[in-house]
Amino acid sequence: MNTSSAVSQGHGHGDGMTVSHFISTYVFSKDHKMIGLQFLFTTLLWFIVGGLLALGIRWQLAYPWSDMPIIGGRLFSAEGGQISPEFYTTLFTMHATVMIFFVIIPILAGAFGNYLIPLMIGADDMAFPTLNMLSYWFMWPAFICIGISFLTPPYGAGGGWTSYPPLSAVRAAAPGSQMAQTWWLMGVTLVGISSMMGSVNYMTTIIQMRAPGLSMFRLPLTIWSMFITAVLQAFALPVLTAGGVMQILDRMLGTGFFVPEGLIVNNADMITGGGQPLLWQHLFWFYSHPAVYIMILPAMGMVSDILSCFARKPIFGYKPMVYSISGIAGLGFIVWGHHMFVSGMNPMLGMTFMVSTMMIALPSAVKVFNWLGTIWGGKIEFTTPMLFSLSFVSMFVIGGLSGIFMAATPVDIFIHDTYYIVAHFHYVLFCGTAMAVMGAIYFWFPKMFGRAMNETAGKWHFFLTFLFMNGTFYLMHILGAVGFPRRLADPYHYETFKHLLPMNRFITWCAIGMVVSQIIFAVNFFYSIFKGQKVGRNPWRCNSIEWFCPSPPVGHGNFDAQPIVYRGPYEYGSPEVDTDHYPQTQPPPDGVKSSEEVH
Amino acid sequence: MGRFWSLLFLLVPVLGVAVFVFAVVPGGVFDNHWLPEDISQHGKVIDDLFMFILYLTGVIFIVTGALMFWFCWKYDAEKNPEPVKFTHGSHTLEIVWSILPAAVLLFIAIFQMDAWADNKMVYPIKDGKKKPPLALVTGRQFEWRIQYAGPDETIGTEDDLHIVNDLHIPVNEEVVLRVQSQDVLHSFFLPNVRIKHDLVPGMQQHVWFQTKKTGLYDIVCAELCGWGHYKMRGRLIVESEEDFEAWYANAVQEQTRTSHNVESDN
Repeated sequence: MNTSSAVSQGHGHGDGMTVSHFISTYVFSKDHKMIGLQFLFTTLLWFIVGGLLALGIRWQLAYPWSDMPIIGGRLFSAEGGQISPEFYTTLFTMHATVMIFFVIIPILAGAFGNYLIPLMIGADDMAFPTLNMLSYWFMWPAFICIGISFLTPPYGAGGGWTSYPPLSAVRAAAPGSQMAQTWWLMGVTLVGISSMMGSVNYMTTIIQMRAPGLSMFRLPLTIWSMFITAVLQAFALPVLTAGGVMQILDRMLGTGFFVPEGLIVNNADMITGGGQPLLWQHLFWFYSHPAVYIMILPAMGMVSDILSCFARKPIFGYKPMVYSISGIAGLGFIVWGHHMFVSGMNPMLGMTFMVSTMMIALPSAVKVFNWLGTIWGGKIEFTTPMLFSLSFVSMFVIGGLSGIFMAATPVDIFIHDTYYIVAHFHYVLFCGTAMAVMGAIYFWFPKMFGRAMNETAGKWHFFLTFLFMNGTFYLMHILGAVGFPRRLADPYHYETFKHLLPMNRFITWCAIGMVVSQIIFAVNFFYSIFKGQKVGRNPWRCNSIEWFCPSPPVGHGNFDAQPIVYRGPYEYGSPEVDTDHYPQTQPPPDGVKSSEEVH
Repeated sequence: MGRFWSLLFLLVPVLGVAVFVFAVVPGGVFDNHWLPEDISQHGKVIDDLFMFILYLTGVIFIVTGALMFWFCWKYDAEKNPEPVKFTHGSHTLEIVWSILPAAVLLFIAIFQMDAWADNKMVYPIKDGKKKPPLALVTGRQFEWRIQYAGPDETIGTEDDLHIVNDLHIPVNEEVVLRVQSQDVLHSFFLPNVRIKHDLVPGMQQHVWFQTKKTGLYDIVCAELCGWGHYKMRGRLIVESEEDFEAWYANAVQEQTRTSHNVESDN
């Protein structure tokens, strides 16, 4: 590291060398591990914010227009301790925005992508370390923009995370939100720029910097899924960026890309026009549907690795797994219209999107069968990461199957924009991805900090989260079947939905239980960083290359010896060796040809 | 502990199925927690399709859940003495579990196309011509404006009847509505008629349906339209032919009287 004496003198206090060293190591670090950890800590903090926002939504749905205990008076003093309908729209908008753009996408690609890609391919860092640093620091302007958007008085952006125009594009349509929606759009566009920097880096690194002997078909599925995710981001993001800029122009300059003529908003004629609201929906979903896979594929990859490791058995159908990830990515680009079946889009087009959507269920099904095949005939060790991964499979089945209902266009007419959809994507994103991320944190924690997390606390955390999350999200299917709509501050004044209040109360209390259970995780996490049990290089007896380097990996450079790869990452229980694992970097015993060469 | 965790995973299909059974079967704690009463002609097709997919996915849910439990139970490292089955997969199995779901999914895709077409593509015909809309439904923040075409069957003429939030329609008759929005997106959702259609500003669209039961039902806005989205509630009043005619004549009279009053006030 070059330390600049000018910078250190400028601070004028303490040991100058230490300050600049601190900044280059912990703040503007170019080391992929530090950037990964920065992403991890930041996204976990946002996870708390997103979770609390969700509780706000749940409170309103369980006790509409009633004072929120303890904190209500401080938060909503103007409304006498209640959530106002305006603030309710902000709550669900911000919950989704934070969870999607600040938690799930950056924790998968930013935290685990950064941390794991160089380690799992035996490289000393990313291909472009400076770009990597920038991809983290471009998140901060986004945080600031969304923060301003959230805190703009009297309430923040309330256009939903989908930001559908004209509500979002015409300022008069949401009179109280002032500049909030513009800040929101700028924030989301900046997240896109950050992701783009990351994805270019990941693609280049995975193609160019693999250790000797590590062919593409010897890559762990985690890396395959990160690779495909990066490709998805690179091709889909520019469309969202363009759309975001267009909507900002609509708001600031009245360009009217998404605003048709003849609107009468708030009893005032709009002068702009000539646009089409559906254009935004096409642009938005052209990115955001592939983004759904950006939010699940890396989780699938990590789960595959964890399942194979703790079943002590090779992954079942490695190549079909790779092909199905690619298949999901390819089909993922031609299914965006299924968000728009009842949007007024040409119904013929809806039929086309329906067929492609049905077909995308296929690679997901193949993956589930292969995961079941992986644990079949193994020797399963029920560690905390394994429990989270098993629950990922179990929950992803629910989220995948409920997707078929809404893929069926006539059924979608009824369940579109109801809690059936809410149940569906929470089963995929929370019960799926978030559980996989939890498993991945427990799994790779020893590598990150050289200490293991407490297993007993981990199992309690798993058990309570698993119970409460199912209590929260499963019953939403039932609400959805009644037609209970999303995004309504008070659905109970409709005759059809009046009687659903008790079920909503139950769901809310489960949600509170789920959030409270995460305290176990937070305590375990921070306690273990400093006081956890020290572990060696390979505490889980795992095959892939990251376990070949010290825990935590040595400074900038990762490996204390050059890894050379002899085989794929899933040779558990191989008859070639006496141990139950057979690391990728371990040379074959004398006179034994590797199984791949025999084929 | 492997036994305990296996049983926990067994709970998923067991409780998962139980919840749906309680919801579908009338009575009990989840009474009336299922698809709301269907008063439309076409709704049965949608509900049947829903149930068909529910049974189909239910079988897959139970089978995968049971396998998950069984594998966790049987191959628990603490209890299982057998060595690991060292295998990298099976081509036959991969082909079987690719083709089978593909066929099923393709079947569902083709099976539902007619219902979709009837709902959104096959415009009702009357006397060899496109059936004229009974009324124009306009969504605006945060109410439904309803404008009946009147005797001349043309929207926008002098004999139109203007109503707010209450949509009266005759039972047992195919009703065509023209739908539009004045400001932002709304969605015209009739839960009991299995109709949902987004109202897009700048677009003139049509929905059509036939009811088979009289009564009072909800009109729900199902697309976020601003802070008052939750209160954008309308009422669908399905009446017999005679009641509808009587209400209509009465409403026209009232409209004439109030508009005269307005004119004389000026």
